[in-house]
Amino acid sequence: MANYELSDLVEWDARIREKASEFGLDCYPQEFEICDHVGMLGYMAYSGMPSHYPHWSYGKSYEKLKTLYDHGVSGLPYEMVINSDPAIAYLMRDNTLLLQILTIAHVFGHNDFFKNNFTYRSTRAELTLELFKAHALRVRRYAEDPSIGVEKLERVMDAAHALSWQCRRNLAIRKLNRAEQVERALENAQPRPDPFQKIHARAEFSEANVRKIPLEPDEDILLFVRDHNPYLAEWEKDVLTIVDEEAKYFIPMMETKIMNEGWASYWHKRIVESLDLEQGLHIEFIIRHNQVVRPIPGQINPYHLGLKVWEDIHRRWTNPTREEIERDGRPDRTGDEMLFQVRETERDSSFLRRFLTEDLMREMDIFKYGAHGDDLVIDKVSDEEGWREVKETLIRNVGTSSIPVIKVDDADFGQNRTLALKHYHDGRDLQLEYTEKTLAYVHRLWDREVVLETTLQGKRSLLCYNERGFSMRALK
Amino acid sequence: MALVESIFRQYKPSDAERSDRSAGDRARHRQKVRESIRENIADIIAEESIIGKDRDRVIKVPLRGIKEYRFVYGENAPGVGQGQGDARPGQVVGKTGKEGQGKGDGQAGDQPGVDYYETDVSLDELIEIMFEDLELPNLERRALRQVISDRAFKRKGYRHVGIRARLDKRRTARQRVTRMLASRHARALAGELREDEENERFPFHQDDLRYRHVENDTREESNAVVLCIMDTSGSMDTMKKYLARSFFFMLYQFIATRYRNVEIVFIAHHTEALEVTEEEFFHKGEAGGTFISSGYLKSLDIIKERYHPSLWNIYAFHCSDGDNFDSDNVAALRAGKELADLCNLFGYGEIKPLGSRYYESSMLNVFRRLDAPNFHSVLIERKEDIWPSFKSFLAKDRVKE
Repeated sequence: MANYELSDLVEWDARIREKASEFGLDCYPQEFEICDHVGMLGYMAYSGMPSHYPHWSYGKSYEKLKTLYDHGVSGLPYEMVINSDPAIAYLMRDNTLLLQILTIAHVFGHNDFFKNNFTYRSTRAELTLELFKAHALRVRRYAEDPSIGVEKLERVMDAAHALSWQCRRNLAIRKLNRAEQVERALENAQPRPDPFQKIHARAEFSEANVRKIPLEPDEDILLFVRDHNPYLAEWEKDVLTIVDEEAKYFIPMMETKIMNEGWASYWHKRIVESLDLEQGLHIEFIIRHNQVVRPIPGQINPYHLGLKVWEDIHRRWTNPTREEIERDGRPDRTGDEMLFQVRETERDSSFLRRFLTEDLMREMDIFKYGAHGDDLVIDKVSDEEGWREVKETLIRNVGTSSIPVIKVDDADFGQNRTLALKHYHDGRDLQLEYTEKTLAYVHRLWDREVVLETTLQGKRSLLCYNERGFSMRALK
Repeated sequence: MALVESIFRQYKPSDAERSDRSAGDRARHRQKVRESIRENIADIIAEESIIGKDRDRVIKVPLRGIKEYRFVYGENAPGVGQGQGDARPGQVVGKTGKEGQGKGDGQAGDQPGVDYYETDVSLDELIEIMFEDLELPNLERRALRQVISDRAFKRKGYRHVGIRARLDKRRTARQRVTRMLASRHARALAGELREDEENERFPFHQDDLRYRHVENDTREESNAVVLCIMDTSGSMDTMKKYLARSFFFMLYQFIATRYRNVEIVFIAHHTEALEVTEEEFFHKGEAGGTFISSGYLKSLDIIKERYHPSLWNIYAFHCSDGDNFDSDNVAALRAGKELADLCNLFGYGEIKPLGSRYYESSMLNVFRRLDAPNFHSVLIERKEDIWPSFKSFLAKDRVKE
């Protein structure tokens, strides 16, 4: 290490923890691993997991990261921390002492967030490492099994990866099983109680079709295929399960990227400032901190955006301006109380919707852009007229909103065991080439024709994929 | 509520050296890249300048095989960004298809709008794959890959001066001993030899030093020039380009392994001939007719101007699709004969990929009348023909190794 010892880190960690608990952070036990930049690249390629199943896409990811790093295009993240109990974080061996201090504080911010934010409730943090390790072992065993082998494994794995984000996102809500869905359908088919039924014409009773599979559109495409394609081998079903499980592990992180990075930045700032560093370290802190949270022209830096919103929340509940009191009333709790409550109950989309104010947007000069020919051109800025539209667009691009919603609509479309998928169009068209290639993967797993209902350039269309390949037709 | 003590794990260099967890996945990825290149080798070679280029050159190869697809939104989906305080509607903030435009976290290259996923490959690897594709036997591949060593030095005795690296220690030591014995003998004769002189030091002297002497080897006849002549009337499609380019390439490589100094000349012709660069050679297309003689005459001119046969070994090869104005055949034949007289090897290759129109009479028939032991004509219809044609062509080389 540079000009400090491991014992120095231990000491600083103790001081940071003291401050953190003073401020009210609530964390899992934390482990830090010192690694070199090669190790860090390795961890980045595998999402920080010490153990992960093998796949060529991680090799590709590693090569790309390494190339960017070697050419100085991107530095390595100062920190990488995984959501587990105990939580594990990686510190780069060649970092300066101050950078380690900042990183350690930042890590505790993440730790508290993982432990307390509701979207992570579906994750069993104490089992994370075991889970990934078990997956790794099973996949490796399939690769080594002479009756399966790497190529067959990849066929299924590649397809599963392509579909892994097409899963349920609202994991806090339990998914109804089929029996429960039938019950709900039957209930909904009942005529509504009508106080004037004596004079009204008899309402038509339409029977619920409880034979349809799925009864309600199913968002978990991988699991659906697993459960309804009887020709899949046990190992193939297992691969689908594994990929789906890991996707669901990462979904909460996607949903809360801005909140989480903002939270960790907010606390690393507050903790480090409370440590009363000597001047040299303090100056370095200011430089580093600003590097991390500076706005990036043309993009949205989650660290910057998140930090700004958190700081604003704290200010408004601690020290609101007169206009704010007039507009919103007096705050009913302290700034800190508000912070801790919000970090528990929101995800990025609701966080921004509730707390990204017009003033903040104007301060940050956020704009909306669109494609016009070859150029990307600003359409709206955060002025009086445009800020709402800009905000809507931002919210549609955070969390899992950037992933198209596609659900299984019917497993027996046309009474032909054709799998019918439906794209819930929200104004954004699917990219056609990618859709075609991804449908091919669905076909690979389902093994019979698959169709996708979507809207392209305003026209409802049905995209089909079967043994003869891809085709498209318009729908009425 | 106090936070539990953290655990720190120190960095262990031995661990880092021993385990490279991504090695397997990277190897598998490279394998898939190679497979993908292999499938597209014709397209890649058709577009890439490879003849006479530095083998370590890195080429960006566009691939389609290993993109990772998902359901994603298209380019028309609007995005957001932060300005610097002066954002206005109408300002241009970027280009479509640019990597990392708001989307993608290190997933650059997988985003739609980026047409190809590019990967880097060295020219060496590309050529290796091409050889594989053309089914070159392994031995030949190695022979063609040999880079001529520039260290052609000849030993020429010893000198009293030289550089430290060439100090011949044994000779030097012998010289010292010789001098020592001689001086002692002389003094013994003069009666000046002392008793204990045997045990005294007799140090080295500057005059003792002996160095190996080397001279640059001026290999005789170590110059060669490869004249690539091609009919560029009409456009070349990918297959033709691939066949032609790989043939010229192998010719050049082969010559380069035999001669120290090899130059290459590209002559493109339709009804007229012009000396061009490799890029232009494969990209210029002229509509119109063909006078093959123009190409040959141009070659003869260039030979007269720059490559005297007594100083240069001349190899000429002409690729065409077989068309020529009938009126030109006589002139072509005559010029061809003249070329054959000046060259070590002169060849004609008719490239007619399967599926292209086939004419009964072609230049192949005409060239049957060219009577010269070092002239050879071949018909290339598919890539599997390249290697056998190449071999038969070389068998006619006037200068046998």
